[in-house]
Amino acid sequence: MSTQTATPDAPAAHEPGTRAAHRPSPPRRPRRTQGLTSKVAVNAVLAVVAVYTLMPLTWLFIAATKNYRDLFATNPFSLGDFHLLSNLEALFAYNDGLYGRWLLNSLLYTLVAAVLSTLVSVACGYAFDKYAFRGKEKLFGVVLVGVLIPSTVVQLPLYLMASQLGLVDTYWAVLIPSLVNPFGVYLARVFSEGYVPGEVLEAARVDGAGEIRTFTEVALPMLAPGFVTIFLFSFTANWNNFYGALMMLNDERLYPVNLGLFMWNQNVYQQPELYPLVIIGSLVAVVPLIVAFLCLQRFWRSGLTAGAVK
Amino acid sequence: MAAPLTRPAETPPPRPAPLTKRPARATGGPGARRGQRRAVALFTVPFFALFTAVTVLPMLYAAWMSLFREESSGLGFGGAERVFAGFGNFTEALGNEAFLRSFGHIAFYCALYIPAMVGGALILALLVDSAMARARRFFQIAYFLPHAVPGLIASLIWLYLYTPGLSPIIDVLDAFGAHWNFFGQDEAIYSVVNISAWQWTGYNMIIFYAGLQAVPREVLEAATVDGSGALRTALQVKVPMIRPTVVLTLLFTCVGAIQLFDAPKLVQLRANTMGEDWSPTMFIYTAAFKGHDYGLAAASSLILALVAGLLSFVVTKLGNRWKAS
Repeated sequence: MSTQTATPDAPAAHEPGTRAAHRPSPPRRPRRTQGLTSKVAVNAVLAVVAVYTLMPLTWLFIAATKNYRDLFATNPFSLGDFHLLSNLEALFAYNDGLYGRWLLNSLLYTLVAAVLSTLVSVACGYAFDKYAFRGKEKLFGVVLVGVLIPSTVVQLPLYLMASQLGLVDTYWAVLIPSLVNPFGVYLARVFSEGYVPGEVLEAARVDGAGEIRTFTEVALPMLAPGFVTIFLFSFTANWNNFYGALMMLNDERLYPVNLGLFMWNQNVYQQPELYPLVIIGSLVAVVPLIVAFLCLQRFWRSGLTAGAVK
Repeated sequence: MAAPLTRPAETPPPRPAPLTKRPARATGGPGARRGQRRAVALFTVPFFALFTAVTVLPMLYAAWMSLFREESSGLGFGGAERVFAGFGNFTEALGNEAFLRSFGHIAFYCALYIPAMVGGALILALLVDSAMARARRFFQIAYFLPHAVPGLIASLIWLYLYTPGLSPIIDVLDAFGAHWNFFGQDEAIYSVVNISAWQWTGYNMIIFYAGLQAVPREVLEAATVDGSGALRTALQVKVPMIRPTVVLTLLFTCVGAIQLFDAPKLVQLRANTMGEDWSPTMFIYTAAFKGHDYGLAAASSLILALVAGLLSFVVTKLGNRWKAS
């Protein structure tokens, strides 16, 4: 009955202290008017939460157009003098274009690693689904345990092993660990069950295709949506990988963007002129991702569902 | 199950292989089977080789390392000497007040974050799914966007939004006469919770929403015909139908929460009271790279893995019980 008296309260827990003022909590009304007020209430709650999720990005946009003086002198949401272009120029010029290098590094750590790890995961998940072999379910159990092992737990011994192999402070130290994605194997098996009918493979075999050709030319195209989904998961995981890079890298020319920005941010006390650079640098790092996510909406949406509902 | 693998491939079968359960095995002679065996190896070995190299071996290495202690001789000029410590590192970790406190912080963090985030995501999904919501696509995208921001950068943005002089939030609060110090001793944890909630609520909302959309419309109509209001339908029909999704989300949230690093690390840069060993992962990092006590760091890592395992186990068990009820 009291549909909207109960529901809007809970999101207030997100942000202690600031939400209470907005809380639309209509008391019980007679049934006829309730339809209208509850519609307003529901959409008001949704809008307030949208303001919460969009506000930091809006702030980032506006702050990125300000120079150091305006950043602290002007109202956070009002525009100062427009310095976006000169900030961008400064960002890419600072320290011999170090930031551009970080962007390229991030691209390498995320794109290359995501493509390779997706291929490895899809092949493995496909094998788990379509072939019978000894100890299959036990091995799959190992994969599932792998999903649950906290990655940060492995980082330290990984660092020490890498340092013994002389891999610390190389691209490999960040790249190789990103190639492993047990959750991707799990998803690939689910996708293979759903998208690749056994009969089609059988037909390919009757036509004389070997196992590898059957996989690359028959199964893989059918797995394309799954491939994109696993790719996106792996991409975001690598893009978020900060802890691993922090341990493995000392040479700032090898940093990914997020580690680089972290290091700049550590120095803003001594070098306040880095403030605008950190802000514009964050914006430049975030925008391509937001654009990519908006373009690939269909995929992440179906992918999330596949990962969650099964 | 293992029959086609154990059978020697060389013996020529006089007749076509008998029809088995899997159509994939029905045709082709032993040559095809050998091909399949090779394919299994080719497809699974890359993953398991890498998995062994970057997960299994490091875990074993951590176990080995945790049994030793580095003892520097004299002034440290002679380098460190490795001494067998047995379970010394484990008892040291478990007796270390900072390490235990870091688990306390995480427990408190979970108590705040998990109900707020999962509850918030669930409520938002139900609201967007309800007949009253408008502009559903816009809301979904708006809620999901924070997830496109890399975790460290999200923390960085919020760090600036918490900084007096830069923060519009503090300005607004001050205008209402409410003072809030985001880096205060008691407030810092809320600042960390907020960063996590901002990043993950929309992501999980999308997952829940997708689950809700899969609820058969007939079921909802039946509930309405039976006189169930919107709230009752939501709580007693819709939510039970996406239980497995909620349990999975809880599981991943717990595994993620226990390794919290980025957000508290950044908040800690300004919140002097937090300390560099605020979360277990921060403790391990500090022990290894500031204290150079790899034995202690390894033992702490293993304890953390054990806690994560226990937590996953408990969440799964509770989830199963919930499903059964």
